[in-house]
Amino acid sequence: MDLNKLSLLEAFKGLREKEFSSVELTKDCLKQIKKLDNKVKAFLTVDEEGAMSQAKLADVKIKKGDGISPLAGIPVSVKDLFCTRGLRTTAASKILENYIPPFDATAIAKLKNNDAVIVGKTNLDEFAMGGSTENSAYGPTHNPWDLDRVPGGTSGGSTASVSADMCIYSLGTDTGGSIRQPASFCGVSGLKVSYGRVSRYGVVADASSLDTIGPIAKNVADLALILGYIAGQDSKDSTTPPIKVADYSAEINKDLKGLKIGLPKEYFIEGMHAGVHDAVMMAVKKFEELGAEVIDISLPMTDSALASYYIIQPAEVSSNLARYDGIRYGLSKRESDLQKIYLDSRSQGFGREAKRRIMIGTYALSAGYYDAYYKQAMKIRTLVKNDFDKAFEKVDVIMTPVAPTPAYKIGEKITDPLAMYLEDVFTVPASLAGICGLSVPVGFAEGLPVGLQILGKRFNEETILRAGHQYQLNTDWHKSKPILD
Amino acid sequence: MKLSIQEVEHIASLARLELTAQEKEQYSGQLSAILDYVDKMATVDTTGVEETSQVTGLINIEREDQIIESGIADELVSVAPQNGDGFVKIPKIFENK
Repeated sequence: MDLNKLSLLEAFKGLREKEFSSVELTKDCLKQIKKLDNKVKAFLTVDEEGAMSQAKLADVKIKKGDGISPLAGIPVSVKDLFCTRGLRTTAASKILENYIPPFDATAIAKLKNNDAVIVGKTNLDEFAMGGSTENSAYGPTHNPWDLDRVPGGTSGGSTASVSADMCIYSLGTDTGGSIRQPASFCGVSGLKVSYGRVSRYGVVADASSLDTIGPIAKNVADLALILGYIAGQDSKDSTTPPIKVADYSAEINKDLKGLKIGLPKEYFIEGMHAGVHDAVMMAVKKFEELGAEVIDISLPMTDSALASYYIIQPAEVSSNLARYDGIRYGLSKRESDLQKIYLDSRSQGFGREAKRRIMIGTYALSAGYYDAYYKQAMKIRTLVKNDFDKAFEKVDVIMTPVAPTPAYKIGEKITDPLAMYLEDVFTVPASLAGICGLSVPVGFAEGLPVGLQILGKRFNEETILRAGHQYQLNTDWHKSKPILD
Repeated sequence: MKLSIQEVEHIASLARLELTAQEKEQYSGQLSAILDYVDKMATVDTTGVEETSQVTGLINIEREDQIIESGIADELVSVAPQNGDGFVKIPKIFENK
């Protein structure tokens, strides 16, 4: 049996009932990586030695019996944006090519405290900016459903590694859609949490008022379980409020009778792929069969949200990436004076998209342009937030497509940055509003996976997880696997 | 709107980036297209609207000003490109006269 194909809950059951060991489970994942990752290129670093020694330790604990976490002994991949003590962390950038963090991100520490087995670090767009993983300094990841296509991004390595059964689940980050969109493209389940739900301490910063961390898995029940272990307040991240962490795994078992679903007309637009539209509408119909009520709503700021995002995100990132100056860590070109160290280290260390965003952000924040761009973008953000808050007075969840199209060809959009940005139109509004969102597979268009986006109120992850889980109890789309040899 | 090469050079210098001639040409076109797109923000009436810089409504989180040993001070310093004796080394920025 290929143990790597199991879900998290299946793997936990098998370990608990001693049908197999963590060493066997881990070996199967590593075997799959060896077999396929020369084609998929989901990983930037594979930690075979660390994974095997952690698996052995977990087996000893499991043998002893009591008090074992459901995450114990289970292989997980981690986006290469999370600092992992002693294990190279690159953010897919040349500027951090040789960076070995001396500490763990809080989310990683939590996994380790639960005896998780970290198999490796996955590919992404450099500093989590892009939508295809093509902006990685180490080359693109390939979509397991069609190797000529992108896996989405920026957590494309993570979603590809789950889709190709190279691990049981993964951790990613979502700033403007970076978990939801690649989950949709790769046919897996992915959760963007509400802003502040999961500590971001030790995760390389992209845009600090938008960054969130979340799980990517083979089904929604697994996401619910993982979230319970990584969510909560952290004294090291002051944006995490003291809001109670729900018992997600219990909440998702409640049925959907009377659930109110909002369908925003602005998300069903001309130019959307017909196959995407049909798959999403079929899914909505299924929810109606399960007892939910569908209500037409309007989110009028949707279009302006994208413009606002593409000022706020670059503005914040231009500030956050100022720390890469060749002094304290990372690439340092020291041929001349201090000014030249800054210029040479940054110019040689950052890739094209990182530089582009730094330039946009610097321009938007510079004297004379601040009011027209940054200030106006922050005001529009308020209106976007109000849009959602108003809608959620009438509905419990909002359903939309994750992206207007299924996965596109590698190279198709990379030369036109604006076309790439426009792809984010359905995911960035929720990021600006700080609400939570889920991507679940709901069918195929041209043989490629299509995801449904389920948006929920701030800190109400249990409701969107419940909707996703109840849908998966009654459908099989999430069980479809790519054919890979 | 078209960003001139001079404007691109000015932004690059503010951002401490040194661009090649080809990059300057490329960014001038691409940034202009992106700025043209975001200019649609000007059509939104935001009179009297407050700015949102964070969404959770949290106000200052405070803690006691106590020293907590990280235990990894040496390791943190040792990731610096040049270091020694527990210090990060940088080139001289003032000349003795």
